[in-house]
Amino acid sequence: MIMNTDPGSSAVLSLRNIHKRFGGVVAIRDFSMDLGAGEIVALVGDNGAGKSTLVKVISGVFPPSSGSMAMDGNAVSFANSSAARRRGIEVVYQDLALANQQPVYMNLYLGRELRNPRTGLLDRRRMITESEQLVRDLDVNLPNVRARIRDMSGGQRQGVAIARATHFARKLILLDEPTAALGVAETAKVESIIDSLRARGLSILMISHSLDQVFRLADRITVLRRGQQVATRDANGTDKNEIVSMITGLH
Amino acid sequence: MNSAKVWLAEREAEKWVLYLGFLAIFAFFALTLHDDGFLSRRNLVNIVLQTAPATIMAVGLVFVLSAGEIDLSFGSIVAVSALLAAVVMREAPAVYGIAAGIGTGVAIGAINGAFVAYLRLPSFLVTLATMGLFAGIARSLTDLQSVPVLNGFFTGFFGSGSLAGIPSLILWTIVAVLVGHVILKETRFGAHVLATGDNAQAAAVAGIRVARLRLSVLAISGGCAGLAGLLYAGRLQAAKYTLGESDLMTVIAAVIVGGTALAGGRGSIIGACAGSLLMGMLNNGLILMGLSVSEQMIVRGLIILAAVAVSMREISR
Repeated sequence: MIMNTDPGSSAVLSLRNIHKRFGGVVAIRDFSMDLGAGEIVALVGDNGAGKSTLVKVISGVFPPSSGSMAMDGNAVSFANSSAARRRGIEVVYQDLALANQQPVYMNLYLGRELRNPRTGLLDRRRMITESEQLVRDLDVNLPNVRARIRDMSGGQRQGVAIARATHFARKLILLDEPTAALGVAETAKVESIIDSLRARGLSILMISHSLDQVFRLADRITVLRRGQQVATRDANGTDKNEIVSMITGLH
Repeated sequence: MNSAKVWLAEREAEKWVLYLGFLAIFAFFALTLHDDGFLSRRNLVNIVLQTAPATIMAVGLVFVLSAGEIDLSFGSIVAVSALLAAVVMREAPAVYGIAAGIGTGVAIGAINGAFVAYLRLPSFLVTLATMGLFAGIARSLTDLQSVPVLNGFFTGFFGSGSLAGIPSLILWTIVAVLVGHVILKETRFGAHVLATGDNAQAAAVAGIRVARLRLSVLAISGGCAGLAGLLYAGRLQAAKYTLGESDLMTVIAAVIVGGTALAGGRGSIIGACAGSLLMGMLNNGLILMGLSVSEQMIVRGLIILAAVAVSMREISR
């Protein structure tokens, strides 16, 4: 038997030579990366660098034009986002993807509502209890899981979105600008939640425009410029100046 | 936020305005029309009987609006379904007529839905077009002639009959409202309808099949219109192209006043039922007050405007 000696084989997610083209436009060119359990990797780059496209490729929204993906050493390809979800990948979208007029607990279970096995009807009680547990575990500051999203602050909403991803992600959470719309205190709160996910052994790939935040949270930083992967650095082996010059291409 | 506010929000406090308004109008008619028999048992039962088809259309419309779509064509579907059922029952037993009526409604609704779901056309424009299209079909089906319904089982089942002293029209209303309420509030399908109307993109990324759901709600609306057509045909013992023609505004108003959001994401079947009864009561009271048809239209329009303004206030928040 031939053992797989690829160093990426132990990684939760490994990407090899991912290309993504839209017609003649190359959005991502030759992207490779390994993500280990409990590791936070930040994806940085200017607007249009291809960060969100990469998140959509990993989460099954777009298939890659070429290249391969593997999880725990097994090759995977996702026909759609549901397929990626079934493999334990969850996404927290920039625009949150919450239904504002529905209560928190229905948003946590959106598309995966629990049912009473006997009646087939919604098991609201169980969704409420489990949501309360989840919110408490993650220390999301919510007054009541039965409150509607529209009555929540931006930070609370982001907390709900992250809690949902955490609850269902078995492997990997993709965060697209998790604090872009938040104030200082709320950002700190969300960052501490993200930090706590590391201890749960989840892998996190995070897009952020805030380099301060990237250095606070990430173990490694990978830089995209116009679809090209410029470099990947350990967070404590680099500094903001180097990352900025890689993002902009100016030296 | 305190738990009292959550408690109110869960009980959809904005609907209470409707119930208060309902009581106020009821009290007003009860006092001013006391001598005209407004409060008589017969008149009150009559109000419920007359609103039965509209209430059932309202149940279907709640699903459509909750999903963020609209159906303007249900009134025309009522006529087509009732006429087809009546024509079938000239030769065939009632069961075929019932199947024809409901089946036609569901099929026509699904046609609306297919345009909306798979050609991505706005439901407002699709159903605006099919409203006229189906009305034309209803007129041409029997050359503007009304078709008598002589089948005794059918007219009893959907019209004059009763069970344990409760008229069949009221039983149909109760069944439709209860079934609709449970589906909207206690099933995954209902939760997905509300989520899609609230934020279709969020629903889609959560794995909800949004296109299929949009087709389904329009088919449900069509099916409800088909059932409403059967109730009209049963009660009037005839089908005609005019059935359902004048229900569009009443039903939309009943649903909106009942706390369903025009923009989607929020729906109440019980509220729509109350709204529909309110509209029926208004019709009845205004007639008893001796207002001319044109005066009735003006007063009803003003009251609906006020009611919608009050019930929409919550939504813009």
